[in-house]
Amino acid sequence: MLVDLLIAQRHLMSNKKQTLVAMLGVTFGIAMFILMISFMIGVNQFMEDTMLSFTPDIHIYNDIKTDYSRSVAADYFKDRHTLVVVKHPKPKQVSLNIKNAAGIIADLEHNRSVTAISPVVGSQVFYNYGPVQVNGYINGVNIAEESRMFDLAAKMVTGVSENLLTTSKGILMGKGLADKLNLSMGDMVSLATPNGTMMRFRVVGIFRIGISAVDNVRSYISLASGQQLLGQDKSYITDINIKLKDNALAAGEAAGLFRKYHYKADDWETANSSVSASNLVRDVLTYVVSITLLIVAGFGIYNIMNMTISNKMKDIAILKAQGFAGKDIVQIFLSQSVFIGLLGALSGLLLGFLLAYGLSKVPFPHNDYVALNFFPVVFFPSHYIFGLLFGLITPFLAGLMPSLKASKIDPVIILRG
Amino acid sequence: MSQALTAGKLNKYFHEPDEFRVLQDISFSIDKGEFVPIIGKSGCGKSTLLYLLSTLDTDYTGEIIINDEKVTGLSQNELAAFRNEHIGFVFQFHFLLPEFTALENVMLPALKLARWSKDEIEQRALEKLDQLQMGQYARKLSGKLSGGQQQRIAIARALINDPMIIMADEPTGNLDSGNTKLVFDIFSKLAHEKNIAVLTVTHDLDFAKHADRVIEMMDGHIIN
Repeated sequence: MLVDLLIAQRHLMSNKKQTLVAMLGVTFGIAMFILMISFMIGVNQFMEDTMLSFTPDIHIYNDIKTDYSRSVAADYFKDRHTLVVVKHPKPKQVSLNIKNAAGIIADLEHNRSVTAISPVVGSQVFYNYGPVQVNGYINGVNIAEESRMFDLAAKMVTGVSENLLTTSKGILMGKGLADKLNLSMGDMVSLATPNGTMMRFRVVGIFRIGISAVDNVRSYISLASGQQLLGQDKSYITDINIKLKDNALAAGEAAGLFRKYHYKADDWETANSSVSASNLVRDVLTYVVSITLLIVAGFGIYNIMNMTISNKMKDIAILKAQGFAGKDIVQIFLSQSVFIGLLGALSGLLLGFLLAYGLSKVPFPHNDYVALNFFPVVFFPSHYIFGLLFGLITPFLAGLMPSLKASKIDPVIILRG
Repeated sequence: MSQALTAGKLNKYFHEPDEFRVLQDISFSIDKGEFVPIIGKSGCGKSTLLYLLSTLDTDYTGEIIINDEKVTGLSQNELAAFRNEHIGFVFQFHFLLPEFTALENVMLPALKLARWSKDEIEQRALEKLDQLQMGQYARKLSGKLSGGQQQRIAIARALINDPMIIMADEPTGNLDSGNTKLVFDIFSKLAHEKNIAVLTVTHDLDFAKHADRVIEMMDGHIIN
């Protein structure tokens, strides 16, 4: 056993350059794996964080029903054995609010996996400033709850979110929207609802979430102002946003809430399925590229081991003649391969870490739409453990075949010359 | 005197390129302490016979008993262990491992056997090298030595585990007359003083003349 390792060590040391080249193959493979996965997961996490900064974990709302299969006429004539045909029905008048919202909220407060609940009155509106009209969306919220949900305080460009509480008819505007209308702090803006009601609000804060799709259309007013704007009473709620302790469980929770309250409940992943899909694409890409690199490194080791073994035929023959068994020969050459892998993997982890660390310090090109200062990079121990494991398994497999071949060499043919 | 090696009715066929019977019903035995060269013309099967006896080649019929143990039919791993412990090899080419020093080359089979501690093995290896007047080259890389010196190291290596039989295939084939004489003297000394059986295939008739007994082969038979 020890003597096998001694021979393996001598083989490696006697051809340092070749050992180094084989090792570097693994080093680069692992380093690239670490760099790519750290960056890709960093991007994924950034996307997810951004997504969660404007999407609640679970969003309960009253979806417009598009079921025209039933009609009042059919209900009325149903016992008279009559065929009722209603041609081209129009949608009936719907109200978009959640009935018994107060009851649902009270019930949710007893749900232990929920950490925050924010009732919302939402509507399409036109923002009028001077002659300019911009289409957008207004959210009437309890700002303290909404801020807990999305950390609005940190997203404020000017003003503070609490201004909504202290000013009657105050409005917090998205940065993009405010820029479009050329509004700044203290300006008055008119909001027109689809029903035709109109109301003036004073700009008391401007926020930037980092997603233009949100910043260009959304504004916040207080819940009471929202209800007033839409001409509705105090119980009028259109959406309930929910934050969970563990957002990974959102899909299951949402389904449960739908069954319980019979209102549409979207979890954040469903609401942003395109982002989830691109995360998946990035994950797959990372693994495909990394595994390709490692396979190439594996072939490098395979070649070098084959070459070593061809050069060492005589040595193998004499070792076998002197009583080294087939498994000793396997051990001699496999341990070389695994040693190359171990060294390559460790140096690859170090190199990968340094590259990833370097990347995390590179400033991200400034951009109004993406709130990023540096390239997003994460440092997860699990990636390094996986890299080490991969760096050991690949050379093991690459070295196995040549080693087995070496152990089957017939010494008689070589010794007889 | 007890027997070191007994061969009974050995037959060996080559299948390529044509079916050919190399060895035909070979039976003989060698005693401990005997120095026996095998001579014969090229192609008479003497090397083939040696490789059968050495247990490296197991494709034969008949029976081989070495040191009262029947080696015919043992597994490859058992044979490897057996060779390690009981048989010393010397070949025409020295087959030393070039990455190791002379001393380490001698030590390797003993490290594999692991009967002694590493220090003891080193001590023994130095003694063997001294016996062959190679003590001063112990720390040199084996690749840096001359042919005669390398062959002497190979002999020291064959002796390290105190085998009871040494098998040599043309051990003097690459050596000049001076070194040939030296190897001959070493072999006959080993046989007569250490009671080791020495079986060597050779072309060198001078070499054979001074031995205890000569096995002469022709066309797969022992004729003398």
